[in-house]
Amino acid sequence: MDIVVCVKRVPLTEEVDLVIDEQKKGIKKDQLAFVLNDWDNYAIEEAILLKEKHGGTVTAITVGNEDDEEVLRRSLAMGADRAVRIEVGDTSRFDSFGISKMLSRVVKDLPFDLVFTGVLADDDYCGMVGMMMAEQLGIDHANMVTAIEIEDGKARTTSELEGGLGEVSLIELPALLAIQTGINEPRYVSILGIRKAAKKELKIMDLSDLGIPDEELSPRAIIDEVYLPPETEGAQILAGDPDKIASDFVEILTKKGVME
Amino acid sequence: MSELFVIVEHRLGEIREITFEMLWKAGELAQEHSHTVTAILLGHEVNPIAESISDRADKIIIFDDERLKNFNADIYKEAIAGLIEESKPTLTLIGNTSWGMELAPCLAVRAGLPLATDCIDIMFKDDKIIAQRQMYSGKIFSNVSFASSAGYILTIRSGVFSKDRIGDRQAEIVKKDFPLKDVPLKKDFIEFVETAAGDIDITQAELLVSVGRGIGEEENIPLVKELAEALNGVVSCSRPIVDKNWLPKYLQVGTSGKSVSPKVYIAVGISGAFQHLAGISGAGTIIAINKDPKAPIFRTADYGIVDDLFKILPVLKDKVLETKKG
Repeated sequence: MDIVVCVKRVPLTEEVDLVIDEQKKGIKKDQLAFVLNDWDNYAIEEAILLKEKHGGTVTAITVGNEDDEEVLRRSLAMGADRAVRIEVGDTSRFDSFGISKMLSRVVKDLPFDLVFTGVLADDDYCGMVGMMMAEQLGIDHANMVTAIEIEDGKARTTSELEGGLGEVSLIELPALLAIQTGINEPRYVSILGIRKAAKKELKIMDLSDLGIPDEELSPRAIIDEVYLPPETEGAQILAGDPDKIASDFVEILTKKGVME
Repeated sequence: MSELFVIVEHRLGEIREITFEMLWKAGELAQEHSHTVTAILLGHEVNPIAESISDRADKIIIFDDERLKNFNADIYKEAIAGLIEESKPTLTLIGNTSWGMELAPCLAVRAGLPLATDCIDIMFKDDKIIAQRQMYSGKIFSNVSFASSAGYILTIRSGVFSKDRIGDRQAEIVKKDFPLKDVPLKKDFIEFVETAAGDIDITQAELLVSVGRGIGEEENIPLVKELAEALNGVVSCSRPIVDKNWLPKYLQVGTSGKSVSPKVYIAVGISGAFQHLAGISGAGTIIAINKDPKAPIFRTADYGIVDDLFKILPVLKDKVLETKKG
C-alpha cells in the first residue's frame, strides 16, 4: 500500500490578534507560530497506520519554501518514508487550482494506491485542493473520511455527513481520500524523533522540474481584499472582579428561568 | 440575461435546507440583474422534491434514474458539466456540505471554471462577480474575484441565507434523459450509519454547559462538569473535544453533531467556528466564556465573560451553589 499525503504548514491564529498586511491581501505572519495543519496531521497518521498494517510506503509532499520543510520533517518523524517539497517562491501567487496542479504532477510519477489530503486547511478554509487532484489524476475519491478499511484491493470508507450521519462506500483503488479530524489519534513527535528523521530523503523540486507552463498555473480565483469582520453588536461583556461577574452570571440564569 | 444554476441537495427523500437558502440567494440576484433561476435535480423518483421548489425557480431540470438514487459526485459532475456546457450559466451554486465540497472542485476542473468555496455572500460589481468568504476561523473576511470566464462555481455556506421564497416564480419542469446510464461506477454506496447515537439527548436539554478546545487538557473537563451539575444542566461539547476522544460524539454540538435549542447555552472555551455556531442558532440565550476577546463566539453570544477558564469556572460554580442554598 503506497500512500502519498499532501500536507501544509499553517499559522496558529487562535488567541492571537491578527493584523492585516499593507497590501490588504493577507495577514502579517512574521510574529505567528506555525504548525502542521490539523487535518493533515490526521492524514499522515492514517497513512502510517495503514502502512503498519499492510506494508508499503508513505510519501509526504508540500508546496512551499524552506521553512515549510518543518512539516515534512515532522511527517518523516511520525513515520513517513520520504518527503518532497515543491519550491515555487512566493506561494501566494497561486490559488488552490494551481497548487493542485503542481501536486498532481508530482504524484503522477510516484507509485501510489492512495492519496490523502486534509479536508481543509486551517488558514484559507478553501478545502478544494484534494478533490481537484482527484479529477486531475482521474481517480475516484471520498470526502470527510472518518474510517478506512482496505479489503480485496478496495477501500471501504466512511464519510461524515451533516447531522451525525455517516456514509459507507466501497471505492476502487487508486483513490484520493480527504481525511477528517478525529479519524485517529495522531502520535506524539519528539524533538529527538525529528532530529533522527533528518536522515530520511527530502527531495526538493522546482517549477522547471514539473514542466507545467506558467499560464496553466495562473490563478482563477484572486483575493481582492481582506478585512476585519464587520462590527456587530456582539456580546454584553460581564465586567468587574470574579465575584461581581459570578453574581451577574447567576442573575442572568435566574432571569432566564434555569436556576430552579 | 443568463441562467443561475442551483444544484438541489437532498438526502433520503428529503430536500436539504441549503437548497432553499441557495434558491433564495439566486432568486435575489436574478431579480436585481434580470437573470433566471434554474434548479438542477438529480435523483430517483424525485417529483415531490421538485414540487417543493416549483415556486422558487424558473426552471427545474430533472435527471431521474435508478442509478441516481444515492449521491455520487462523479456522476453528478458529468451530468452537470454537460448542462453547463449547453446553457453556460453565469453562476452554479452548490452547497458547501460534505457532498458539495466533494462535487464542486471536481466539477470546476472538469468544466474548466473558477471556483470559490464556502461563500457567505455573492455580489455583482460592474459585471464582475465578488464572493465574500472567511479565513482564519472567521477572524478575517476576504473578497474574492475571478479570472474572466464564461461562468463561475460557488459553494455556499449553510445558514447564511434565508430559507424563504423570494419573488414570484413558476417553474417549467424539464425532464432529461440521463446520459450516463452505462458508465461504470468506481464507487459503490453501501449504507448510511448513525454516528452520534448515545444515552444522553442534548437536543432536549434546557441548559447546556458546552466545552471546547480552550479547556486545554482532558483532566480539566471536570471543571465544566461540576458547573453543569451545580446548574442541573447537561454537558455538551464542540468538535475538537470529540476528535480528541475526551467526550463521546453524541454530546457534540454543530454541523456534524447535533443542533440544540436550550433556554441557555454556556460556551466554555469554544472559539465559535461557524460549524459550531450553526448548531446553536436555536439557543435562547448564549453566554460565552473565553480568554480571547477576539474569539468569534463573542459576535454571536448574548453575554460574554473574558477570563481565564480555570480561575472563573470554580467561582461561578460556588456562586451558583451558594445562591441555590440561600
